Amino acid sequence: MNALIDYILHLADTTLILSQRNSEWCGHGPILEQDIAITNISLDLLGQSRNFYQYAAQLLNNSTEGNKTPSPGGEGVGAEVTEDSLAYLRKEREYKNLLLVEQPNGDWGQTILRQYLFSQYQYLLFEQLQHCSDEQLAAIAAKSIKETRYHVRWSSEWVLRLGDGTGESHARMLKAIDELWRYTGEMFMPASYENSLNIDPASLKKAWEEKINALFTEASLPVPEKVFMQSGGKTGTHTEHLGFILTELQYMQRAYPNCEW
Amino acid sequence: MVTTTTIDKASILGILETVTDPEIPVLTITDLGILRDVVINGENINVIITPTYNGCPAMDMIAMNIRMALLEHGYKNITVTSVLSPAWTTDWMTEEGKQKLKEYGIAPPVTRSDDPSDREIECPQCHSTNTRLISEFGSTACKALYQCNDCKEPFDHFKCH
Repeated sequence: MNALIDYILHLADTTLILSQRNSEWCGHGPILEQDIAITNISLDLLGQSRNFYQYAAQLLNNSTEGNKTPSPGGEGVGAEVTEDSLAYLRKEREYKNLLLVEQPNGDWGQTILRQYLFSQYQYLLFEQLQHCSDEQLAAIAAKSIKETRYHVRWSSEWVLRLGDGTGESHARMLKAIDELWRYTGEMFMPASYENSLNIDPASLKKAWEEKINALFTEASLPVPEKVFMQSGGKTGTHTEHLGFILTELQYMQRAYPNCEW
Repeated sequence: MVTTTTIDKASILGILETVTDPEIPVLTITDLGILRDVVINGENINVIITPTYNGCPAMDMIAMNIRMALLEHGYKNITVTSVLSPAWTTDWMTEEGKQKLKEYGIAPPVTRSDDPSDREIECPQCHSTNTRLISEFGSTACKALYQCNDCKEPFDHFKCH
């Protein structure tokens, strides 16, 4: 049961943090339509994360163990866990999101490359998860993949446009690849909770690489080889950026506990 | 007011017919295909709905409006349950709903969601099919932004989903 909860929290945290990052563009997009697009994607991801958090909260509240010990996000022994307590009251080390999604937005090129690398992976993951034996996880995946399909299409169009665009846009995409590539390996490295659940993210790697290779080739972008891959996000060891994100994300609940909107 | 202890499903459905989408007030939750079922167990009414898009902020308000509509008619033991499976699709939108959307100035979904063929979107203002996609993301999660090449009017299209 603990492995399942950890896995759901990993999915929830990853979608929440990417949503939070993308929402930083709100009001700052290069043009109005794209400002709306990136914040729409942000909203989709927030909705996905709420589904995962609600499911994790339900499992935590149902498990007797959760009621005896201070549960993640609970305010103490026996406190009820909610989607909000999981998002707003867990500490940096308890977050299990991928390192990729917590990386700074950088310029527009870096933001859309991060989105593309992630969405392409998420699409393949949800394709598998929608057939998994856990009914609720399967339902969330089947529901979400319809939205992820838009995200893949939108972000791949941008990778193509900027990679194969002007000298300046091409140079910026090269820089973005250099910044982000080292965080892609983690997506395919199983954490202990994934091993316990017989979930093998490495099985998605080949299909993901084929998709990336095809698009990068079309966009005249090089696919990096032999880069050392950073990892740790899935088990709570993050880059320095996550702490800053949580400081902002959790500020209201930390400063005014139990405040309601 | 409810005077008998037997709750009639048809009258509940009749009341739910009046609950509309706060973003697109011409559409009822039945038109949208959000209302999946009503389960009556003695005094308890369980309204089963399904979200359109995961992040749609209208869903919380719709759940509240369902509760309010039933309370106003004297029903008390109301639960609203959201189910994700099977995933909502615009294929569940009623023909009447599509017609109402069009009259409201939003181009309705035209084909089945699993039909990948190129979709011809008709301008809800001048009915020309000479239109172009501006962005797949619009003012709400369910809409894309289009423009008519003939009358030049920009308009919303309710995406096939």
